[in-house]
Amino acid sequence: MSNGCGAPEQGVEVQVGANEVVLTGKVRSEGGPVGGAFVRLLDASGEFTAEVVSSAEGDFRFYAAPGTWTIRALHRSGNGQASVNAEGPGVHPVEVAVA
Amino acid sequence: MSREDVLVSAAWSEENLNTPGVVFVEVDEDISAYDGGHIPGAVKIDWKNELQDPVRRDFVDREGFEKLLSAKGISNDDTVILYGGNNNWFAAYAYWYFKLYGHDAVKLLDGGRKKWELDGRPLDKEPVVRETTAYTAQEQNLALRAFRDEVVDAIGQKNLVDVRSPDEFSGKLLAPAHLPQEQAQRAGHIPSAINVPWSKAANEDGTFKSNEELAEIYGEAGFDGSRKTIAYCRIGERSSHTWFALHELLGHEDVKNYDGSWTEYGSLVGVPVELGSGKEA
Repeated sequence: MSNGCGAPEQGVEVQVGANEVVLTGKVRSEGGPVGGAFVRLLDASGEFTAEVVSSAEGDFRFYAAPGTWTIRALHRSGNGQASVNAEGPGVHPVEVAVA
Repeated sequence: MSREDVLVSAAWSEENLNTPGVVFVEVDEDISAYDGGHIPGAVKIDWKNELQDPVRRDFVDREGFEKLLSAKGISNDDTVILYGGNNNWFAAYAYWYFKLYGHDAVKLLDGGRKKWELDGRPLDKEPVVRETTAYTAQEQNLALRAFRDEVVDAIGQKNLVDVRSPDEFSGKLLAPAHLPQEQAQRAGHIPSAINVPWSKAANEDGTFKSNEELAEIYGEAGFDGSRKTIAYCRIGERSSHTWFALHELLGHEDVKNYDGSWTEYGSLVGVPVELGSGKEA
């Protein structure tokens, strides 16, 4: 089995396929990037879609579909969320602040 | 069976880290999670390299499981507390797998690594060495495991619970949204399956919802308690999480996990596949 369900390494450079919708960014707090946060992708109805753990530099990445998404981060220092509208394929940046 | 027989809280776990006869086991696909800090005293099991046959697509056999648990220092009398990342997907898979080989004294740490970390409970990097044992396993209890032919036969007959995300169910995506979408098999779902994403069974912090909430969620989705059930996902670990909710928490008696799941079914020649939401208009 080479195709497990664990998330690939977050924060590394990736090749984005022509039709892929990638949502990527950082979790931050006042003190800087937040690593080890649980980053949850919620669809337009608020339904859970996927979750990754942010890298040491706070990076996260999702492969989604066009639409409006909420990205919610949970960390022992606090929670936060942000919204992103991905109209089509490409890389859509988004930052999430936790407090 | 009560919830206390199958789940332990993070608070209970922290109080019982040194209790004789209790062994904590972290199960992840990404073993670097363990190496970066684990529950003190916990041993690790690698979901891929230790639980899967290295050549064929199947589990390690009974003898292999005996060798693995003996080497980990787990004895037949130990109570095994499983936890892991990904909202306990792989820990739930290991739970099902331990049951499959007849280890009854096994429980899940409710919320897994996520709850433990969000609570700010201790993790350390100390190497854990346990004395080897002479573990003996049973033959696989196939009442818990579904294979492809019985899945095809179950169409329209049993509850087929597809626990993938709605976009995977409808055929829009081939894998969860945190993974690249490069698989080659057909998209869609098994006809007559209901779609109850695994995540419906979990709270935001990774703990399981209450039995009342779970019964309502599956009932609303069309789960028929009088029928036998097969749960599946893409490779069988998210569906272990749902198998746990249906069989261990809600106490439905005949529930199997189909570990072949969509990566097998979606590659079979000639079987029926349904696209879209699956709900009749």
